[in-house]
Amino acid sequence: MIWLSLEEFLAMGGYGSYVWGSVLVTGGALALELVLLARRKRAALLAAAQASRRRQA
Amino acid sequence: MSGHLTPGAGTVAGATPGAIHRANLQGRARRWLQFASPAAFYGPAGTLATLLLPLSLVLALVGLYIGFLVAPTDAQQGDAYRIIFVHVPAAWLSMVIYAAMAFWSAVGLVANTRLSAMMAGALAPTGALFTFLALWTGALWGKPTWGAWWVWDARLTSELLLLFLYLGFIALQAAIDDPRRADRAGAVLALVGTVNLPIIYFSVKWWNTLHQGASVSISSAPTIATPMLLGMLVMALAMWSYAAAAALLRLRCIILERERQAAWVARLAQGEHA
Amino acid sequence: MIGMLAWIVKRDLLLAGRRSADALGSLGFFVIACSLFPLGVGPEPAALRSMAPGVLWVAALLAATLSLPRLFSADHADGTLEQMLLSTEPLVLIVAGKAVAHWLVSGLPLALLSPLLALQFGLDSRSMAVLLASLLLGTPILSLVGAVAAALSLGARSSGVLVALLALPLYTPVLVFGAGAVDALGAGGGAVAHLLLLGAGLGFALALAPWAAAAALRIALE
Repeated sequence: MIWLSLEEFLAMGGYGSYVWGSVLVTGGALALELVLLARRKRAALLAAAQASRRRQA
Repeated sequence: MSGHLTPGAGTVAGATPGAIHRANLQGRARRWLQFASPAAFYGPAGTLATLLLPLSLVLALVGLYIGFLVAPTDAQQGDAYRIIFVHVPAAWLSMVIYAAMAFWSAVGLVANTRLSAMMAGALAPTGALFTFLALWTGALWGKPTWGAWWVWDARLTSELLLLFLYLGFIALQAAIDDPRRADRAGAVLALVGTVNLPIIYFSVKWWNTLHQGASVSISSAPTIATPMLLGMLVMALAMWSYAAAAALLRLRCIILERERQAAWVARLAQGEHA
Repeated sequence: MIGMLAWIVKRDLLLAGRRSADALGSLGFFVIACSLFPLGVGPEPAALRSMAPGVLWVAALLAATLSLPRLFSADHADGTLEQMLLSTEPLVLIVAGKAVAHWLVSGLPLALLSPLLALQFGLDSRSMAVLLASLLLGTPILSLVGAVAAALSLGARSSGVLVALLALPLYTPVLVFGAGAVDALGAGGGAVAHLLLLGAGLGFALALAPWAAAAALRIALE
């Protein structure tokens, strides 16, 4: 462990906003992608269910 | 769903010479080839994704541990250099994904399999995202290290052009209504882009060395010590498994949307919304 | 084979001649776009001289992308393109002929006009000559690679913008070596290397682009 305290870790030698800005945006973007994919899947299944209900009707 | 190539069971080509040829193959090959059908691949794709996502999370935690808690502070760049643990893997992935896109495009055009072309289309948005992240993290690295949010470094400029190639692919597929035509037009574009990429990179490098005054090489990372290299590799593996999982999940969505009229999709949908 | 090529070129030139407004329009765009830059950047002679090759080349790229949709759209609209696909003549040849005609109508006049516009930017005569040479070598590449983009966007929605979006990233090497040729002259003799690279690019494009465009046309028309 090279950091002596949590404050030091978060500060990243003064470059905290750049480093954490990178890490958080990356993680957030990838998580957002997964969320959007889940929504897309739900929408596709909903459309399929509606289409089949209409065919049966 | 039977494992045999009977027409109308969601298989690729029905009674064409290709299907007859495939029916004459050994049983093992036939069993693999059945996965060329979107309907048959839907399930396995989901299983693969469920395995790859947790793997990517574990790898990412390991990689971040190495990069942020083990690797020492750099003498010249301070702790700002730690951005390379995200920037470099993202750039690597942006290129690997494009290569995969080109590969599946070629397979789709040559073997005329729908699923390969759909996979190419599924990879594109993820690839574009990684390209954007490479540029974003590159800017955040450049500002504290070199004093500017953007420098016309050869690799960053090539990365920007790669983003345009991805966006062109996505735009082309979005603009063509017929899915099959969109697949094949996109495939041609992906291959044209692949041929052009080395040329683009070479020309940008050339241009960069000519205008030497303005150029600062962001690619000159601090001398790579073992923990740094290990950290980047682990993060690259983490991003690779994430990207594969995301592309498979998107592929599933594409399959559901294209096969919306099929009975198996209706059954699946009713199962979810019963 | 040459006969077929010549026939296609003559036909396309004739058709372009009947609708000369189109070709003159993109030429006019080239002139206007070049003239806008000094208005936006200021008339300082040294600055204009240094940005002249880049400005002229970018304007040439944009003018090319504007004229590309016309390459196949007219023939596509009246069914001639499908006839061409069904004919026994190799589609590659037809596409090559169309690209040549496109260059003769849009790229060549643009290149020949460039010395005049270079005067606006205060370029000296040696730079003008290199710029002319680079445009003469580069604009055919724009027509050839642009044909691929035009073929891919055939029948797609908002095809005008789409063609530009697809073509411009592929044009970057041509831009780099074209504009770079003039800059290299200032830095002390290296223009020949750039022009040779452009020539190599032209050969490469001549070999591959018609083939890719023909494949794209088949996909668009199946």
